Amino acid sequence: MVTEYKEGSVGAELGQREFKVVGTRPPRPDGVDKVTGRALFGADLTAPGMLHATILRSPHAHAKIVSIDTSAALAMDGVKAVVTSDDFVKQGGSGNQDTLDNCMARGKVFYDGHAVVAVAATSVMVANAALKLIKVEYEILPHETDVDAAMLDSAPVLHAGRKFRNIPEGNNANVSGFWEFGHGDIDEGFAKADIIVERSFKTAATHQGYIEPHATLATMGPDGRGEIWVSTQGHYMVRDLSAAFVGMETSQLRVTAAEIGGGFGGKTTVYLEPVALALSKKSGRPVKMVMTREEVFRASGPTTSSSTDVKIGMTKDGRITAGQAKPRYQGGAYPNITAMLGAMTAFASYDLEAVQTQAWNVLTNRPKQAAYRAPGAPMAIYTVESVIDELCQKLDLDPIEVRLMNAAKKGTLSSYGPTFDEIGLVATLEAAKAHPHYAAPLGPNQGRGVSCGFWFNFAGNTSVSMGINEDGTVSVIEGNPDIGGSRASISMMAAEELGIPFDKVRTIVGDTNSIGFNDVTDGSRVTFSVGLATIKAARAAIQNMCGRAAQVWGIDADAVDWVDGAAVPTGHNAGEFPPMTLAEIAADSAKTGGPIAGHHEVNADGAGVSFGVHLVDVEVDPETGFTEIKRYTVFQDAGKAIHPDYVEGQMQGGAVQGIGWALNEEYIYGEDGKLQNAGFLDYRIPVASDLPMIDAVILEIPNPGHPYGVRGVGETGIVPPLAAVANGVSHAAGVRMSELPMSPPRILAAIDGAK
Amino acid sequence: MVKVNLWGSLRSATGGLTEVEVDAKNTGEMLKALAKKYPALELIIEGGVSVAIDGQIYKEAWFTPIKPDSEVVLMPYMKGG
Repeated sequence: MVTEYKEGSVGAELGQREFKVVGTRPPRPDGVDKVTGRALFGADLTAPGMLHATILRSPHAHAKIVSIDTSAALAMDGVKAVVTSDDFVKQGGSGNQDTLDNCMARGKVFYDGHAVVAVAATSVMVANAALKLIKVEYEILPHETDVDAAMLDSAPVLHAGRKFRNIPEGNNANVSGFWEFGHGDIDEGFAKADIIVERSFKTAATHQGYIEPHATLATMGPDGRGEIWVSTQGHYMVRDLSAAFVGMETSQLRVTAAEIGGGFGGKTTVYLEPVALALSKKSGRPVKMVMTREEVFRASGPTTSSSTDVKIGMTKDGRITAGQAKPRYQGGAYPNITAMLGAMTAFASYDLEAVQTQAWNVLTNRPKQAAYRAPGAPMAIYTVESVIDELCQKLDLDPIEVRLMNAAKKGTLSSYGPTFDEIGLVATLEAAKAHPHYAAPLGPNQGRGVSCGFWFNFAGNTSVSMGINEDGTVSVIEGNPDIGGSRASISMMAAEELGIPFDKVRTIVGDTNSIGFNDVTDGSRVTFSVGLATIKAARAAIQNMCGRAAQVWGIDADAVDWVDGAAVPTGHNAGEFPPMTLAEIAADSAKTGGPIAGHHEVNADGAGVSFGVHLVDVEVDPETGFTEIKRYTVFQDAGKAIHPDYVEGQMQGGAVQGIGWALNEEYIYGEDGKLQNAGFLDYRIPVASDLPMIDAVILEIPNPGHPYGVRGVGETGIVPPLAAVANGVSHAAGVRMSELPMSPPRILAAIDGAK
Repeated sequence: MVKVNLWGSLRSATGGLTEVEVDAKNTGEMLKALAKKYPALELIIEGGVSVAIDGQIYKEAWFTPIKPDSEVVLMPYMKGG
């Protein structure tokens, strides 16, 4: 359902434009390929003479690599190449070096599953047999996988001697990042409160749960030129990192993004690609690598786990006087910024006079974390929204009314620094308050949870090219892998701007040699940035086509306008000519100056932040601790929903992943530091039969930074569910829950503890 | 002169200040002036920062104009998923 929201000041173009294609729901252009099996995913490509490579991984959580002997493996029939960290080029920057060291351990292994040696052979069976012949001598070191324990002085140090910037005195050597945000006098704010609630929360590390494992096929010829086929969210990123790691120029490596079977942030880095390329360089043969599901869990990046202290003060009538949060995140063995993003987003939904957040990133013996939809925000906002719910409960106040009273709006100084422009939180809360779901009666053992959520949304480097074909159709090339329907939305924006039907446009994702550079598909950036570049590319093509019409008519180009897909003369002296359609101009293009195309390259800004509100009804079985989701409604500001089906899909998908995070999903490590549940049987993600229909209500508060008002929608949907479900469970179970996941044993223990 | 608000943990690089003033007409000049005035900020700026001007967040845009009365906030480099 799409609810148009017209209040507020936005650009004239946004307020007056009547869309013809944007906002409709045409069939998805990738649908037939996917249901017939024609779509080619990461593991689907083969090449003549192709080898298969597998990886020997660390069985230890933390150990020094004393020696590696690969001679027996290399001597085995069918083995064509072996690589270790010695086969890669040392990197100048610490960030790239960490990524490389995560692909192939250098000197030390930092977690169970860390890659140590890779073997390319004539089959997977031969490669796996060869791995067993490799002798690695380890000096086992003490390990730590818990964030709070890793901050203690007694904890084993992962990167001894390495200095991290801007770490205050008193933190141990595992603290790799510290950030502080906020404004106002926090002590004064708490002094104004009638009631203060302080609580500590924990959340588990969770995996993005993409169904397609990491997969790649790399070739490098004797001429030093390479090709990579890969399942990724960013093939330019794969090109740049892989080329740097094996020591080649980027122009000599062409990377093509396969159809992708899910990413959610987890495919924004490299794992296999540089390894396959290095093996191909050594063997002179194409090399294919596909992770097993166990490898995906043990060695690719889940999100961080967290431990957070929150303190919020409130007046009796529900005004928040001060908010303070201290999140501590572990994201595995290498530094990251996820805790920082948690600190920035924790209180972003609220207009506060006094707010302070301090965040720590801590190194542990776990896999290097990767992004997961709105990285850092779900865990931080879970803690804040849980405490606000508890305050509402203690003061007997309506949770939506309290949120409305404190909601951030245009002119609010945000908790992370800048003052908000046009935002949609109030409209989203009002929509939730007015929805029948909020007034529906609850049954026995049921509870209703509410939570707000926020995400920044990002933009970034983007290139788009489009060709106007002689038959009046349009071919668009974008450079961002389509993880959420971008080929549809980009075609729709091109059609809208050009004034032609949607089915006259086909958009493809080009390889790295097709168009200019593109940032990774992340940060909910693609519909915004690629859409913006597409509109600008279309306008360039339109300008060209108006010029062609002007030439044919013998009038000034300034006297030609573009209306409904055709050039028309405009102004008093332009003359009387019938409209010249895009198809007519294209048909004569060879005679009027040659091919017609438009392109645009930009480092886009102005993405526009996004808010959401989630309502959930849960039922908790007091005998088993099992939680059933009875009803779920998502309200989210999309700016302008280009293709509402996809927008609703993003909102529903985010809610489902958040429900899994809240109720079931967790990385479980044993005392030995080894992952205990590396598979979907023991790591339980929600499936369709676990859930009711997730209702999605799209709000449209246009983003002034985009010609059509678009805001990103891919990430905000996963932010509120953790708190919404936790608040619902807390009401249903009659006890405040403060640790995720809220698995049945944990809920039963909480119920028993409250008796 | 433009007023620049810094995120709290940069206090250690500016002698305890979270609001500083530099002479600049665009983001590039502002970042250079900050690094010159507070050398401890140089590596942090080189490592990547974002700048918010009047509520709009810019990641890397040296030539974005800054008006004398603009709200300018130096923010860490951010990335989504």
